[in-house]
Amino acid sequence: MSSLGFAAADASTMLRRNLKHVVRYPSIPLFVAGIPIVFLLLFVFVLGGTLGSGMGGTRDDYIAYIVPGILMLALTGSAQGTAISVATDMTEGIVARFRTMAISRGAVLTGHVLGSLIQTMAAVLLVAAVAVLIGFRPMGSPAGWLGAFGILTLIALAMTWLTVAMGMNAKSVETASNQPTFLMLMPFLGSGFVPTDSMSDGLRWFADVQPFTPFIESVRGMLMGTPVAGWTMVATLVWCAVISLGGYFCALWLYNRKSVRG
Amino acid sequence: MQGTTPAAISVTGLCKSYGTKQVLDGVDLTVPAGAIYALLGPNGAGKTTMVHILSTLIRADGGEAAVGGFDVVGQADAVRGKIGLTGQFSAVDSLLTGEENLTLMGRLRHFPPDDIKRRTAELLDRFDLKEAARKPLATYSGGMQRRLDLAMTLMGDPDIIFLDEPTTGLDPRSRRTMWDIIRTLAAKGVTIFLTTQYLEEADQLADRIAVLDHGRIVAEGTPAELKRLVPGGHFRLTFGDLPALERAAVVLEPQSRDDDSLTLDVAGEDGVRALKDVLDRLERASVEVVDLSVHTPNLDDVFLALTGQAPTNPASTDRKDVLQ
Repeated sequence: MSSLGFAAADASTMLRRNLKHVVRYPSIPLFVAGIPIVFLLLFVFVLGGTLGSGMGGTRDDYIAYIVPGILMLALTGSAQGTAISVATDMTEGIVARFRTMAISRGAVLTGHVLGSLIQTMAAVLLVAAVAVLIGFRPMGSPAGWLGAFGILTLIALAMTWLTVAMGMNAKSVETASNQPTFLMLMPFLGSGFVPTDSMSDGLRWFADVQPFTPFIESVRGMLMGTPVAGWTMVATLVWCAVISLGGYFCALWLYNRKSVRG
Repeated sequence: MQGTTPAAISVTGLCKSYGTKQVLDGVDLTVPAGAIYALLGPNGAGKTTMVHILSTLIRADGGEAAVGGFDVVGQADAVRGKIGLTGQFSAVDSLLTGEENLTLMGRLRHFPPDDIKRRTAELLDRFDLKEAARKPLATYSGGMQRRLDLAMTLMGDPDIIFLDEPTTGLDPRSRRTMWDIIRTLAAKGVTIFLTTQYLEEADQLADRIAVLDHGRIVAEGTPAELKRLVPGGHFRLTFGDLPALERAAVVLEPQSRDDDSLTLDVAGEDGVRALKDVLDRLERASVEVVDLSVHTPNLDDVFLALTGQAPTNPASTDRKDVLQ
């Protein structure tokens, strides 16, 4: 087998290992999917009437507006779960054993990333299903939905590599669970829940430059069949690439450097 | 075997420090292929650090180490292909079953699926884990976990196996089982590098022993050679009062004397005969013994002999001078 073949085989072995963990101990994934659903219900049924009319519409219009933001919460919450599971795994003796074996570089991490990606996208679909159940109607074409799913997958990949690096970097499982919390706030500090023009000047500047605003705008456009600005799409793809690669190299460097003695 | 067997492990001038603490201070050693080699030392001597460097987990600060003919830094992947490590920490996946753990190792070695199945069954059988094979590891005892750990190491069919304190914390029966397993492996030509704090264990298993203390090898040789460096056992005699102790001290040649506890330590190199001699002398002098105990040499004695007295090992003191 070629070295690329070995790398793929090792990554798939590690993926199977991670999926077995998830299936046997599903508390984190359930928790991860639960939070965005609670936020969705809160924002639609408690705040939705007021926010909807503030934006010149109704509660139903507000559902259509916040679903992309809620999906971002599913991604970031899931990424937090990834950081926890990576940090927990690093405390296991088995990982020290992996490091004494001739396993392809990064296979342990790739296994984590793929495992998390599958979980995240499952959570995204679940949250989307709940949204449809309470009245969300994506007006775009099926091709648009597919595009949105593709974009969401790319964002999830970026978030996952970022939080794998955070999990590797964390001194303890507690830190690993706290560090990615800021990601949960990002959709709020972007165009996830209210349009950025309604924000105060400084915040509005931040909201317009941070990655979650183009993420949310491109997903929203594709789901609803509204036009997406070219630069929004470019910004989305560039941010995804930058965050993914940054997280990947950081995580790999940390993994290679980290000794069993920490 | 050919006339000149290449060394399985060769180490020269290995140094490692953590902050200001020098953990390894210029270690040299050579392990012949197929040997059982024991690294003997107390806690904190640097044994685990040594194993971690040789198994590519951490890097040394200085010196060179080759395992299976490959450099542990420059050719780490080649080294990893030849070794197996069973450490003090449990290197098992506690969320999987025993069988799944073994299968995982087989996959990572890229064995064909049929081979993995066959070897897994063999190892479960050989390590007496058949019944527990499909149970989660939470239900395993310490001895079972340790056996699984070693079975996982063997799944990779390594030429060189590192065992870091393989029997620490095991009950006597599990310890015997582990010793048998190690002997069987060595008989098949596998090189074994083990660390231990127990002289008895090193004595039972090893072809050669190196004694590590404060990051330096203070003695190296076969168990027989090493024992010659250590004074034999001694008898500890307790007397009823000080006058009795005084009289006994005159007729015996005590190694040490403690007036507070009224005890004398007398050398007893050759066992029963020496004991009889001591008792004869005391009887002739009409001294009554309140209590008597026999002490066989242990690791403490080895260290006292090797590190307490500078002349026993001038080489190591010289090196220390040079380094400072």
